[in-house]
Amino acid sequence: MKGFRYLKDVVTLELDQAACIGCGRCLEVCPHQVFSLAEKKASMADRDACMECGACALNCPVKAITVDAGVGCASGMINEWLQEHKLRAPSGGCCS
Amino acid sequence: MNYMVPPGLYAIGRPTPEDPVLVTANYKMSYDIIRHTLSGRNLWILVLETYGINVWCAAGKGTFGTGEVVRRVTATGLARVVNHRRLILPILGAPGVAVHQVARRCGFSVSYAAIRAADLPEYLDNGMVTTPAMQQLTFTLYERLVLVPVELVMALKSVAIIAGVVFLLVAALAGLTAGVTVLIAYVGAVVTGTAVGPLLLPWLPGKSFSVKGVVAGLIWSGVFYPLAGGGAWGIPTTIALFLALPAVSAFHTLNFTGCSTYTSRSGVKKEMRIALPAMGGALLVSMALLLAGRFL
Repeated sequence: MKGFRYLKDVVTLELDQAACIGCGRCLEVCPHQVFSLAEKKASMADRDACMECGACALNCPVKAITVDAGVGCASGMINEWLQEHKLRAPSGGCCS
Repeated sequence: MNYMVPPGLYAIGRPTPEDPVLVTANYKMSYDIIRHTLSGRNLWILVLETYGINVWCAAGKGTFGTGEVVRRVTATGLARVVNHRRLILPILGAPGVAVHQVARRCGFSVSYAAIRAADLPEYLDNGMVTTPAMQQLTFTLYERLVLVPVELVMALKSVAIIAGVVFLLVAALAGLTAGVTVLIAYVGAVVTGTAVGPLLLPWLPGKSFSVKGVVAGLIWSGVFYPLAGGGAWGIPTTIALFLALPAVSAFHTLNFTGCSTYTSRSGVKKEMRIALPAMGGALLVSMALLLAGRFL
């Protein structure tokens, strides 16, 4: 995203180019322009810009994309951890 | 308070069966923005049941999802109301809606239009073409600014408890003046981490939010030190201040990852694994130094 970069080489986004049919849907749904399309094949032009929202994987008709999707939110993850370790009662937490 | 619009099919103006169908969440603000942006036009709005949650968060949870689109299309009898078979969705709804599944299950094709409702008039006027700008997420100073009060309120309860405990402890051990000094230092570090860190986000060094928070906290420490008459303190107290305040600020800036529009779950996880123990360590060392400075 213009003016902002997050950590390098951490995202779980993977693209199986052999399976890709070049429909371009991943380019349409990605809010960070991670993908580009050339000769009927998508490629990851800017993988580090991925925020793991999961839109591309869900919308890929041939399941060529995988990503461990979720919300990148520290307090949400701390709450999750506390709940897993039974230190806090389950609640809505982030965005609820 | 109720921020929900009943889900269903709504009309803006006097739409005909040929007019486009726009899909949105039943968060009242989402609906009102769409209605306001598109007033004076004729079109259909299909409101999904997202329990009053905005499109992006609801898509993340899956309530703004394939199942709900199909359910709402069927429940409203949309296929009998319009002649075409096209739904227009916000791009930020894509984490919840699989286009090919919607087509298979209810016969409607989905077009992702834009990220912001403000771009809808241009999208509709230009033959429903998404320009690159409509696809780009932003995180402007204003977009960050409006989030700061929310974050401050969210932090209020735990901060008030911690501030109270810290004040009482320090006041009991070292007197009222020291208690007040620590209280101001702590609250300042919280505000720095919650407001200054997020506002200066693109200009603070580092990619990690905790590093940005540390830098903001160091600035606050540097401002606070002379104001509080730090020149008269011993070395342990001074080091303690420059360790603890950046740690507090870093924690609160790290929390802002939940508001940001570009942090990934894996990135935040990695950052937390390093940053949380470091913050804890800094606070412990700082406390030890304060005690040492007091009793040695």
